[in-house]
Amino acid sequence: MAEMEPVNRRNLEEIEAERFRDEDRRTASSIEQEEVEKTVLSRFELFDKRAEVDIDCPLLLRQKHAAFIKGSLLHLHESYQCLDSSRPWLVYWSLHSLALLEEHIEPEECSKIVGFLAKCQSPNGGFGGGPGQLPHLACTYAAVNALCTIGTNEAFGVINREKLLEFLWSLRQPDGSFFMHENGEVDVRGAYCALSVSKLTNIFTPELFEGSAEWIVGCQSYEGGFSACPGMEAHGGYSFCGLAALFMLGKEHLCDMKAFMRWITNRQMRLEGGFQGRTNKLVDACYSFWQGGAFLFLHNILFKENKSIVNSDRWLFNQEALQEYILMCCQQSSGGLIDKPGKPRDLYHTCYALSGLSIAQHTSLVKKYVVGSKINLLAPIHPMFNITFDSAVKTMKYFENLPVPQIGIP
Amino acid sequence: MTDSSSDCTYEEEYVFYKNRPHWKDVTPVPQDDGPNPVVAIAYTEQFREIYDYFRAILRSGEKSERVLELTNDAAQLNPANYTVWQYRREVLSHLKSNLSDELNYIGETISEHPKNYQVWHHRRVIVEWLKDPSKEMEFTNVILAQDSKNYHAWQHRQWVVATFKLYDLELEFVNDLLLKDVRNNSAWNQRYFVIIHTSGFTPNVIKNELEYTAGKIREVVNNESAWNYLRGIICHTESGNITSEEFIMKFCEDLYGTGCRCPYLLALIVDICEELFELGASDEIFSMQRALQVCDDLALEHDKIRKEYWKFISRRINQALLHRTTAA
Repeated sequence: MAEMEPVNRRNLEEIEAERFRDEDRRTASSIEQEEVEKTVLSRFELFDKRAEVDIDCPLLLRQKHAAFIKGSLLHLHESYQCLDSSRPWLVYWSLHSLALLEEHIEPEECSKIVGFLAKCQSPNGGFGGGPGQLPHLACTYAAVNALCTIGTNEAFGVINREKLLEFLWSLRQPDGSFFMHENGEVDVRGAYCALSVSKLTNIFTPELFEGSAEWIVGCQSYEGGFSACPGMEAHGGYSFCGLAALFMLGKEHLCDMKAFMRWITNRQMRLEGGFQGRTNKLVDACYSFWQGGAFLFLHNILFKENKSIVNSDRWLFNQEALQEYILMCCQQSSGGLIDKPGKPRDLYHTCYALSGLSIAQHTSLVKKYVVGSKINLLAPIHPMFNITFDSAVKTMKYFENLPVPQIGIP
Repeated sequence: MTDSSSDCTYEEEYVFYKNRPHWKDVTPVPQDDGPNPVVAIAYTEQFREIYDYFRAILRSGEKSERVLELTNDAAQLNPANYTVWQYRREVLSHLKSNLSDELNYIGETISEHPKNYQVWHHRRVIVEWLKDPSKEMEFTNVILAQDSKNYHAWQHRQWVVATFKLYDLELEFVNDLLLKDVRNNSAWNQRYFVIIHTSGFTPNVIKNELEYTAGKIREVVNNESAWNYLRGIICHTESGNITSEEFIMKFCEDLYGTGCRCPYLLALIVDICEELFELGASDEIFSMQRALQVCDDLALEHDKIRKEYWKFISRRINQALLHRTTAA
């Protein structure tokens, strides 16, 4: 097992001192915040007592989570009907979670999954939410990530790169933004998903993204984070997409990085340790990745700008506090991870809580900070795509030998 | 919005498509998951059947009243199915259907599923087709009354306001929301959106907004939304500098003087010190030494969760000081 760095954990007294102050002005926002803090604090208290008798506490319930995910990968309850147009997402969330847990999947199983994803691919390029559904950029991102997580030649071979490139062109708008699907909505997810799949499968061409960086910069709000489209409120999910996309385009200098840094560092909750998605909203474990992931780009950008003042050993957030939030507040004892205490488990939160946990554990491929048991250590991720680092390297190696398809640009 | 009792009657009266005489001519098409399905959802019989018929229609390309009904049933069971909504729009446009009815219909669906991308997008397309935004403000009012931070509702509202130039009453709406909950960041964001698209941040507007925001900060000091908005205003001053606004410098110093150690105040003080230094102005109150001290206070006491960030800012300040010394 790898060498681990010593961790700095907050004691209960320090955490309790961070309680929300409503300044005698109770509003909907403050009431909700205080309720969440109460449930979170009771979890921290519980674990504080447990730690006295158990040095491995908190423990990541690896087997329980793996069992929950493996079950879901096969069969899902009727309540998942509302996700019937996101089945490649269900596959990706499951497979990526298992990869983070370093769970082995039998080759025959992999082959079955590849076969199903192939059924979701449209003859016109891109992947839909299920067999026979129209291709959708988000489902395409999920399907490509799932196939690259499997990482077999069979999986790579499913992706029709020429058609995929045509599909991306069909969604491009003159200003460089992207529709999510034919006649669908436009927001910053589009540019990110298009960039992610095109970089991963080596079909990227600068022409496809002409103007995209400028459009994305228009989504940076006065708060510093990015929003869905120009004018909207800064938001964790869209901020990840915005910064990751700018980074992939090598145009991060176009945005106000000081403002971004101030906004994103302030999203870590002072008591809970997890991240919120927007100013004055509640903590949610999924932002462990959406916000946490952006810190990796931020780190890299600051390092390029001014190496001597960057601490290479640490991200610019409290890594231990995030791990504590995920491990103590977001694990369901029967397996699966959750948004916050009291919420039901689902594959989405399982995937993004684990992805965030991995980010908080690995500052680089060398430095590892692991809260709780040593077996909590997860595989490191590649932040551009959110597949494991190894999967990303293997995928890029595979596709770099294939030529970028030449298509007639519409 | 349907309540549970009407849902029940719906269940009782439900007739499967295979038993509907006017659907007899259609042969349902089962989903092709291949030989080894994964993430297989345990569809209800009703769900499975409706989508089998929908697949048959997609294949035949039929566009008729009965298909509208079918897409309605399909969308109710999975409002996130964008293929269903897209096809429904093709049918609506083919049949030249009454779009006001469609607007009412999608309104009910949004009320049931207010956090779904597809239903909001459908509404937007219908409003575009109608070229009539007259119901949109009231509609988003209702949705925002239930959840004043619903991102989709705000996005729709901004689109309507900008497309149809309905800015007139918007600031009043924002003011009301901020009176109800001064911590509502979506409302602060809308305030910025309205101003930037109407009066713009002219010197006069800046003065008013600074006073308004300072007032809101004095009411609730630890309200990050107001502090962020304050910084948003500053970007629009002639120089874009914090330190060119006497008002802000005085506001910060007065607040600090009352013993306030709110992290957003301290962060702004650090920025003031750094900015003055960069501008080459030496200031006794806002000095770099003070900035370093405040960073320490933040890292160790007032904003401990962001210790790494404050240590980084300290290093940035120290480096700037070192450069200046070396240059001299």
